[in-house]
Amino acid sequence: MNAVRDTWLVTRHNVRIVLRQKAGIVFGVLQPMLYLALFGPLFATIGTWETLVPGLLAQVGLFSAGLSGVGIVFDARSGVLERLRVTPARRTALLLGRVLGSSLTVLIQSVILIAAGYAFGLRAPLPGVLAGLALMTLLGVGLAALSNAIALVMDPDAFAPIVSTAVIPLVLLSGAFLPMSMAPAWLDAISRLTPFRHVVEAIRDLFAGHYATWTVATGVAVTAVLAVACVAVGTRIFSRENA
Amino acid sequence: MIKTSGLAKTFKGGVEAVRSIDLTVRAGEIVGFLGPNGAGKTTTMRMLTTLLRPTAGTAVIAGHDLVTDPQGVRRRIGYVSQGGGVGPSAPVGEEIELHARLYGMGAAEARERVAGTLERLGLTALAARPGGALSGGQRRRFDLAFGLVHRPSLLFLDEPTTGLDPQSRANLWGHIRRLRDEDGLTVFLSTHYLDEADTLADRLVVIDHGTVVAEGTPAELKGGAGTLDDAFLAITGRSLREDGEAAEPGAPPGGPHGDPGPPDGQADDVPAAGGALARSAGQAAAAGKRGAR
Repeated sequence: MNAVRDTWLVTRHNVRIVLRQKAGIVFGVLQPMLYLALFGPLFATIGTWETLVPGLLAQVGLFSAGLSGVGIVFDARSGVLERLRVTPARRTALLLGRVLGSSLTVLIQSVILIAAGYAFGLRAPLPGVLAGLALMTLLGVGLAALSNAIALVMDPDAFAPIVSTAVIPLVLLSGAFLPMSMAPAWLDAISRLTPFRHVVEAIRDLFAGHYATWTVATGVAVTAVLAVACVAVGTRIFSRENA
Repeated sequence: MIKTSGLAKTFKGGVEAVRSIDLTVRAGEIVGFLGPNGAGKTTTMRMLTTLLRPTAGTAVIAGHDLVTDPQGVRRRIGYVSQGGGVGPSAPVGEEIELHARLYGMGAAEARERVAGTLERLGLTALAARPGGALSGGQRRRFDLAFGLVHRPSLLFLDEPTTGLDPQSRANLWGHIRRLRDEDGLTVFLSTHYLDEADTLADRLVVIDHGTVVAEGTPAELKGGAGTLDDAFLAITGRSLREDGEAAEPGAPPGGPHGDPGPPDGQADDVPAAGGALARSAGQAAAAGKRGAR
């Protein structure tokens, strides 16, 4: 069987399922909007919308991707996953198709968030915005693959609280809310060790129209390595028997 | 169609779910796979359908080696698991079309195949509904449709009628029998309903403590014992009725007879909620036995 074809088929199927869940999309969009409306004006007194919006994008992406494994638990419980595992479809296709389908929700939320950002005062060049979105999507797909695989081997009741707790420090240390340049030296030092800071700073550079910078290069490299590693580990766990 | 030799599965932690299974199933047979809770039925099923890797032994399924060519096996078999595989939210017709396409069918071929399969099982009118809006019997027929849509030569059914009302059970039995008679489908089904084994299967294989303890036609197994339940009692030392009662909620998942099931927390053969169903089947069998005397 052709793995690319299978991935596409499973993706399309999941996109249909995702698009039917309108409440999920609406509330997923609503949350960053609240940040934009109620935190944005406050932030704008010390920073720019070009700094804030990438941070909100990262926040939405990291939480959605981190928790995307919740859905696969339902597939496992309803027997859908096992049924698909007996078909000749590649395991990677079953996992990636699911992940790509759910990543579409995040992409829709991100686009709406950026559009609303323009209404508030965001002035970012289109190529930079598209590049930033691409970077965030790639990272999201990687993390979601990992999340899906971990959800299958973890106690389902513990999964959501543990993952959402784990994502909070990563989002805070990425400087998504306030840039880490404002942080005390020790916090700044810790933050440099976390991957998402580099991604957020790269997206901020892209939104500012600075494309050929070390920050962008570092962010792209970190994203690529992280995405590939997460998909590899995720596929490995997912392909294990009993997973 | 199935030929296994010394097939075994020991889970991490040393739990010997299946010790050694030697099986032969010929093309066109309906073979019933019987055993008490925790005997290793589901573990064996999951090995034969490529979901679990055996830790020892060999098996050739539908002409393909189970260990070296699981993809080949997957292409030729259908599998209906105990819990089924109908998702709650997507229209079942859409799910089954995806399922068919994952066997390599093109869009037009898949649509045609799905339409034919659904029509045959009397499901055409229900295809637009999400799985959550179907009755238990309807869902079970869709499970059968998933298992059949790619025209396998061998179908595995794990406790296909558990939880169904008598009418739905009879309906499903009719479909299974027709598939064998008209298409020459080979069927390997596990059950712990003795009436199901008696009426549906050409041949029975009884498993206990992870190994085959008896096999033969229902008539051969009954022998002088009278009923299949008596024969079962004579072979395994326990009746399915006791077994059902032992599977009350709160009892260990694998039943009280030693085998605790796989260490991942899944009950091997019967989910906790199945206890009452198993008991009702047992009571039905017991009532039948009393009536015969």
